[in-house]
Amino acid sequence: MLFAATISGIQDYGAIGDCRSMALVSKRGSVDWLCWPRFDSDATFAALVDRYRGGHWSITPVGTFRSEQHYRPGSNVLQTLFFAAKGRGILTDLMPVASEPYKRSHLVPDHELLRELRCTDGSMEIEVDFRPRPGFARRRVHLEDRKELGICLEAGKGVYRLRSDRPLRVEPDGATTRLCLNRGDVLRWSLTYSEEAPEVLAPVGESAGAKIDRSVIWWRNWSARSQYHGPYRREVERSALTLKMLAYAPSGAIVAAATTSLPERLHDSLNWDYRFCWLRDASLTVRALLGLGYVDEVESFVSWLLYATRLTQPKLRVLYDPYGRMAPREKVLKHFEGYRGSRPVRVGNEARSQFQLDIYGEVIEAAALYAEHLGRLDRTAQKVLIGLGRYVAKTWERPDRGMWESRSGGKNHTHSRLMCWTALDRLLKLEKKGLLRKAPHDLFILERERIRRQIEDRAWNPRLASYARTVDGDQLDASLLRMAWYGFEPADSPRMKRTGEQIFERLGAGHGLLYRHKSNPPEGAFGACGFWAVEYLARGGGTLEEAHRLFRELLRFRTPAGLFSEEIDPATGEALGNIPQAFTHVGLISAALTLQEADDARAGIELGPSETAA
Amino acid sequence: MNWGSWLLWGFVATLVLTILSAGAQGAGLTRISFPQILGTAFTADRDKAKLFGFAAHIFLGLVYSLLYVLIFQALGNAGWWRGAIIGLIHGFFVLLVVMKLLPGLHPRMASEQYGPTAHRLLEPPGFMALHYGVQTPVAMILSHMAYGVVLGAFYRIR
Repeated sequence: MLFAATISGIQDYGAIGDCRSMALVSKRGSVDWLCWPRFDSDATFAALVDRYRGGHWSITPVGTFRSEQHYRPGSNVLQTLFFAAKGRGILTDLMPVASEPYKRSHLVPDHELLRELRCTDGSMEIEVDFRPRPGFARRRVHLEDRKELGICLEAGKGVYRLRSDRPLRVEPDGATTRLCLNRGDVLRWSLTYSEEAPEVLAPVGESAGAKIDRSVIWWRNWSARSQYHGPYRREVERSALTLKMLAYAPSGAIVAAATTSLPERLHDSLNWDYRFCWLRDASLTVRALLGLGYVDEVESFVSWLLYATRLTQPKLRVLYDPYGRMAPREKVLKHFEGYRGSRPVRVGNEARSQFQLDIYGEVIEAAALYAEHLGRLDRTAQKVLIGLGRYVAKTWERPDRGMWESRSGGKNHTHSRLMCWTALDRLLKLEKKGLLRKAPHDLFILERERIRRQIEDRAWNPRLASYARTVDGDQLDASLLRMAWYGFEPADSPRMKRTGEQIFERLGAGHGLLYRHKSNPPEGAFGACGFWAVEYLARGGGTLEEAHRLFRELLRFRTPAGLFSEEIDPATGEALGNIPQAFTHVGLISAALTLQEADDARAGIELGPSETAA
Repeated sequence: MNWGSWLLWGFVATLVLTILSAGAQGAGLTRISFPQILGTAFTADRDKAKLFGFAAHIFLGLVYSLLYVLIFQALGNAGWWRGAIIGLIHGFFVLLVVMKLLPGLHPRMASEQYGPTAHRLLEPPGFMALHYGVQTPVAMILSHMAYGVVLGAFYRIR
């Protein structure tokens, strides 16, 4: 049976991961996306982008049923609740995690996906359908039944092994079974992957249950470290947990999303591979993680930013793989039909060789935020930052592809100029604080002022009554809202107020959503832009009440599991683009932190100094 | 065994290896830095790690050169091409064996199985140290061959 023929919508998926790889599980109980051993490895289950050939692993009630999906509180352990005709059940999905000391004292599989089905009420018949298709379904599949040792699939450099409490009927290209569960019955399945022999065999049964508890505890301990105390605790926690899952622990890099080629416009070709690390997201990511108090994660990420990108410095690439190497060339998987027919399905990303100036500001701002938090910067990092600053001072006037990675040639993007200004401004501030030595002070001051003059004189369009997307241009862009965030101009300045008004009016997609810019035909509203608008309002572009209202409105577009993809269809509210998207979750956290700061500041003012001190 | 010749040319060969490695790093061929790897075993401070690592690298270079010299003595002859062959084997040994063992030996290096705990750690080298850049194996092999060539060409058998 090819159950995945009824593929779910993007918003009907929950994500599970172990900070090295991620899987997506649908509300119908099907694992339709899994890349092992790394986020950017070839997929073993890819039904999300091809219902028939992609491969899936479903555990689903037979007959009609209703389902809901949520995470166990404070964790990345996903639960799918099945409401069938005669009974109810809870399917728990996770990639087990444990502390490093635990892993050193116990043999644990290199990669594991654990599933547990518990019948909680009545009885239910379920069907299990296991159809792995390694290498994006380009590898030969021949399953071997090794009885007590599980079902084995050797593919390429590695071996997959499925073990379960009950046997499955094994065919060469899949394994299936139908089972009847009564109240209290618990069944478990463990899928592991290893590139080393002998592999570690994952036990099922009771000890697998202990793994679930251990994982929940690990995630809850991590969540408990959050210092956020504002009114959106649950939402911020989910975003932080998702961001953490997207961090590749062995190197510290953070990938943009777990998937490739989920379309930004249905039945169209705006389908990109996001399983790499974009420098564009750097400063917001650091701000979000630092604001929540996750200093270890920031330390790993900034270290990756400065040292893993070393091969190309002082030039930076738009994106890297998790080890700081150039992302692979873009290729089309012609044998895949695409998500709901949205072709092509791409792997690799051609933006890897684009010239983008905003990333210099992002990296420098990220390092500056971290250095200010730490109160020091080692000599190597100082040298790297000065090298990047010199490069910016030399090249800021060049046209680039901009943060949206336009494939139609370079332009003088205002946002890129803003980020070049930010780069030099932050370096000068670091120097002033004594954290940066031997910087070419005069050069940086001169170029910073030249950039400011150009933005003020030529990016402001009086006819448009707004800053424009490009220097001397007449188009709008939601990224202009970030001018206040980077401190270029206060959010309540007359120019920023006018810019905000124009953006809300012309790029507004309804329900608080914003398009990033005008496109024809229109793509979805860009999730992160809505959160930038919240920050703009909270910083003085509007009132704090407006900012809170907008934030709450945007939260309505989370998926049932609490995730955000890259874009949202304003007409239907459905998720579009790759999921879960770090950029959107980072935007949510940053906006929540700004709201919290603004609330705290207001409370401080309202209470007065004596009451605040008390 | 010519102890004076070993000490002198072992030291020079190690310097050549260090210079070539640093050059390859500077030229953007690879990110690997032996002083960094060795030094961070003693301290997490990157600036200090380089100093400690440099000293450790010179020491290890001398230890390894002793093995080269013993082979030359056993063969009864040195020569640049003999040194180059031993360097080639040495380079492959480091790439295929040492790099694989490193995450288990190094107190501040993550393994491929590391996570989700986040600490500032050195990234693992991966197969043939390819995580540090795709040209790393070439740079490593050539620098180790140069190390062997210097030892083979200048060490005097007694």
